[in-house]
Amino acid sequence: MDLFFNQILAGISTGAIYACMALAVVMIYQAIDHLNFAQGEMATFSTFVSWQLMQWGMSYWAAFVISLVFAFVGGLALERVLFRPLAKAPILTNVAGFIALFAIINSSTGLIWDFTIKQYPTPFGSAPFLGSQLISTHQAGMIGVTLALLLALYFFFQYTRIGLAMRASAALPESARLVGINTGWMVSLGWGMASAIGAVGGMLIAPVVFLEPNMMVGVLLYGFAAAVLGGLSSPLGAVVGGFLVGIMENLAGTYIPGIGNELKLPIALFVIVAVLVVKPAGLFGRPIVKRV
Amino acid sequence: MSAVEEVATEAPAIEAVPKRAMTLGTGTSLVMLGLFIVAPLVVKNFVTFQLTMLLIYGLAVLALNILTGGSGQFSLGQSAFYAVGAYVSAILMETYGVNYALTLPISGILCFVIGFLFGFPALRLSGIYLALATFALAAAMPQLLKLGFLEPWTGGVQGLVIDKPDAPFGLPISQDMWLYYFTLVIAIAIYVASVNLLRSRSGRAFMAIRDNEIAASAMGVNVALYKTLAFGVSAGITGIAGSLGAIVVQFVAPDSFSYNFAIQLFLGMVVGGVGWLPGSIVGAAFIIFVPNISESISKGLSGAVFGVLLFVVIYLVPHGARQVAIVCQQALAKWRKR
Repeated sequence: MDLFFNQILAGISTGAIYACMALAVVMIYQAIDHLNFAQGEMATFSTFVSWQLMQWGMSYWAAFVISLVFAFVGGLALERVLFRPLAKAPILTNVAGFIALFAIINSSTGLIWDFTIKQYPTPFGSAPFLGSQLISTHQAGMIGVTLALLLALYFFFQYTRIGLAMRASAALPESARLVGINTGWMVSLGWGMASAIGAVGGMLIAPVVFLEPNMMVGVLLYGFAAAVLGGLSSPLGAVVGGFLVGIMENLAGTYIPGIGNELKLPIALFVIVAVLVVKPAGLFGRPIVKRV
Repeated sequence: MSAVEEVATEAPAIEAVPKRAMTLGTGTSLVMLGLFIVAPLVVKNFVTFQLTMLLIYGLAVLALNILTGGSGQFSLGQSAFYAVGAYVSAILMETYGVNYALTLPISGILCFVIGFLFGFPALRLSGIYLALATFALAAAMPQLLKLGFLEPWTGGVQGLVIDKPDAPFGLPISQDMWLYYFTLVIAIAIYVASVNLLRSRSGRAFMAIRDNEIAASAMGVNVALYKTLAFGVSAGITGIAGSLGAIVVQFVAPDSFSYNFAIQLFLGMVVGGVGWLPGSIVGAAFIIFVPNISESISKGLSGAVFGVLLFVVIYLVPHGARQVAIVCQQALAKWRKR
């Protein structure tokens, strides 16, 4: 039984990574109705920027804030420059655009900072958390930051004017425009926020998986899976989904014989598909009602 | 998140392509056919090999096109069916000594059945959720092929090596050239069959489901049957493409069938034009040649160059090669009028 609880605890701490990424995925999905495949690479790039700033002698928190601003402005710019012209193109063309962006950022990151693995500092330290061997203070900090982000987003969307405007322009763009909301800027804002949340995720994950250009590929897959599991319309669902995926992955690796590290991802995905077959809109998502 | 009742009046994910716009005219088809027949006579063996791969990838893109462009279902799992086809051929040829040509129908039928069965859980899902489900299949496939107890057949991580078949009846042509014509005949047969399929009752049912599922079922289309059927047909064709791929490359290994391949096939479909079957070959050319071109432009930045080229293509022609074809057609019509 001890092993069981330990594995769940370990699952929660990896789950925090996925939850963070899933939150970013849901954010952008709310704003633009697509899954952004380049999300992970955008986060990696911002993390590298903060690493570079620290190499130049900046303190952790200064680098943190500057790269958050960088990520926000960068996300905004990407939307304005690259994806605004594609707004009227078919959805599948947009998806191809995301894949192109993925290739571009991944390859440029590799060229600028090369592919060697780099250490990345943590602000929380790495001592055991509350005497437990399985969860370090960094991982506890990560869970804390994820939950704080979720709370902040909840208040932003629920209680601020601009949050309300973003929700309106995502739900009913035409009506939102009629009441005077600049829906175009709301989409850009969504990109910027998603990019910044992704950057937070990247900077929290980097001490665990080490910094390298491909570090987010696997994480993003789990992040997508978590977002879909939780239901793409709900940030709370994304966070819960992230923790669930982390726990599932760990338990499958421990209790199902013959599963190496390699089979963890397929197993987790199959469990998610099984859940989706029963609940097609995800655990927390509301089914879309179609008017005929 | 919002308290508003969500009444989605979203546009359909895939545009409605009228079925007549899905094919080429007779004249253009004959010219293309002529080009494909003459091509290997004037180029080197390696180029012939590349052209063969072009046809094979073209088939795989065509299969995805039938599924997505035809019935409006999205799949990121095509690499899994391709892998099954490739392994069926490899195992039958190497372990049981079956003739290579006979392995094609077997893997086609097997993949059809697998795809048809996979279509059932897929019925409950659509859009991005279906993409994730099919993606799970693609992500799992290489790992499944590496499983220990399958190793006597699959050869594990190392994969299998296949002998290259000779030209039959003592024909005085090289192996590469023979495989090219062999593939060409099969590709044409499948292309013609697909065009006819989409023009038939079943094809019209696919398109009705794609354009409006609720309206289609109100018209008496058996939505479940035709959706799963589209999955089956698509998987079957992909399986045959996989078999051909295995025979031509003479090698199968789990890691060549990762989800990256499924993503490439998806890109091929977008570049060729979703729902336009002749575009499949253009898309296949894009995914075979453009990575090489970008590699030759810049080694370190090949990924970035590929991405930029992809952006250029989707900016210029968001509807893929189909758009180019339509523009050409209109220009030709204008020129004729003069």
